[in-house]
Amino acid sequence: MATINKSAVQEMVTILSNKRVGAYHQILLNVGDIVKNCRPGNFVAISVGGDTSKMILRRAFAISRVSESSQYGGTMELIVAPHGSGSKWLCSQAEGTEIDVVAPLGTAFGIPTEPISALLIGGGYGSAPLFGLADVLKSRGCKVDMLLGASVGSKIYAPMEGKRSVNSLKIYTEDGSMGETGRVTENLLDIVRDRNIDVIYSCGPMAMLSAITALVADLEVIHQCAVEESMACGIGICMTCVLPVRNEDGSTSMLRSCIDGPVMDGSTVRWDLVGEVPEGTA
Amino acid sequence: MTLPVDMSTTLGNAWFPTPIFTASGCASSGKELAQFFPLNQVGAIVTKSVMSKPRHGRPTPRMAETPSGMLNSIGLQGPGIDAFLANDVPWLLEQKARVIVSIAGETVEEYSTLARKLRSVSGISAVEVNISCPNVENRGMVFACDPESSRRVIDGVRKTIGGELPIIAKLSPDVTDLPAIARGVVDAGADGLALINTVLGMVINIDSMKPHLGGKTGGLSGPAIKPVAVRAIYQVHAALPKVPILGMGGVASGRDALELILAGASGVSVGTASFGNPKALIDIQNELRDLLAARGFATMQQAIGYAHRDEA
Repeated sequence: MATINKSAVQEMVTILSNKRVGAYHQILLNVGDIVKNCRPGNFVAISVGGDTSKMILRRAFAISRVSESSQYGGTMELIVAPHGSGSKWLCSQAEGTEIDVVAPLGTAFGIPTEPISALLIGGGYGSAPLFGLADVLKSRGCKVDMLLGASVGSKIYAPMEGKRSVNSLKIYTEDGSMGETGRVTENLLDIVRDRNIDVIYSCGPMAMLSAITALVADLEVIHQCAVEESMACGIGICMTCVLPVRNEDGSTSMLRSCIDGPVMDGSTVRWDLVGEVPEGTA
Repeated sequence: MTLPVDMSTTLGNAWFPTPIFTASGCASSGKELAQFFPLNQVGAIVTKSVMSKPRHGRPTPRMAETPSGMLNSIGLQGPGIDAFLANDVPWLLEQKARVIVSIAGETVEEYSTLARKLRSVSGISAVEVNISCPNVENRGMVFACDPESSRRVIDGVRKTIGGELPIIAKLSPDVTDLPAIARGVVDAGADGLALINTVLGMVINIDSMKPHLGGKTGGLSGPAIKPVAVRAIYQVHAALPKVPILGMGGVASGRDALELILAGASGVSVGTASFGNPKALIDIQNELRDLLAARGFATMQQAIGYAHRDEA
């Protein structure tokens, strides 16, 4: 009967591995049949801190990729930055620990039926879900170029096996410690024009998503971005993760980034109004 | 061998098969939770407080996690009563869910207007009159902080809605004399009381060194406020033992629900717990049934206010 969160289930799953990769942790979960409904862009909401924790809210993490292996069945990979108390707890969990997950949640990146030219842009650990997306696009015959950016080289997440699924990969760091010095937006317009990019897929900090939207506003290119807004529930009931989004009639609605996102059409997000309330009635 | 506990309860003339309800503002209009359990398996879905017009609510950030709780600052975002009645109520009734519609207004007249629209809707079990939302621009708008304003709202709703639909007034714990406000709204025609709304709070971000929430203040919910809820329910039940109370505030387990019932709640709403556990209502309901059975209660209703039994 459900019309929202249609494929989501709540389950206890086991941590298969937990490895440090640069500034991040790569966490592999044994999630069984959950993988069958996971699409690039979806996220997982995880209980943190154990039963007696003072942290009562789930933490949302982008699903980096899923696979079905003969050895473990369905596995889900997360790339987690140990920033806050919840993500630090998750990163400190040992192999074999059982954790409580709700997945898959949220919208997925739209996959074209035609073999198009796609540009994938990731900021920091926002690159994680783009490698899974690249695999899918590649299997559809798309040309896949990727730009990754971060403040420093240790915050670039670009696994060896991931590089195989892209035609080109360009890295930018703000301090120049890896790749070119600068941001992913440096030569974006030239890249989009020169390579005849049809669709941009982006994931990373809101400022980056907003900057990409502004740069490509006058081009024909479609921009699908995965937004990041703090959530309390991840399933659409708390109304905290809203973003101002333009409707077809020109009015603006405050949409939930958990169920109407995280993947949104960048051109419809009113980036100028994030953190404000639109004028007029809803 | 113990007999199954009769979990049924009543609020005014409305009957419910179990005392576990959603809390308004923590379940939207039910569609999001329907993936996790059939909505007709719980006592009722109390829908998010709806106003007469569509509303954007407050700016983000709207949320801050706090020790064993959270602050929210939503500001009654919603579709407005007309869209709500056209889309959400029929869907809930199709699911065979029992529905308590929560309404909120900026003026006494707005509450009456909302009540007029509800009067003609069949199938709903009760109306919750939320006079205590803390997330409004003007704290003077929190009717439940003032006995006279509270009475006027409930009086207007009672007169508009007639005598059929039970009216549950939702009150704030942020007052000096809660039993006096409770008595006032009951005298004005409320059939029951919803206790408690969130507790007004604030978090300051130590990086920006400013209030973290877009609306500056927010409502504190979660286990952190459960003792406040138990106290409020206990006080009001002692003062008004015949008035049914829909208890809420930090309930995250069957033990918590039982505490509120023993304090005097006829029903228990589960709010913030659903954010962390989408199946919280079902888990709490099952645990409550076992706890009641283990204590020898044949019916849930025997446990209502049981903590008061030795008082004169």
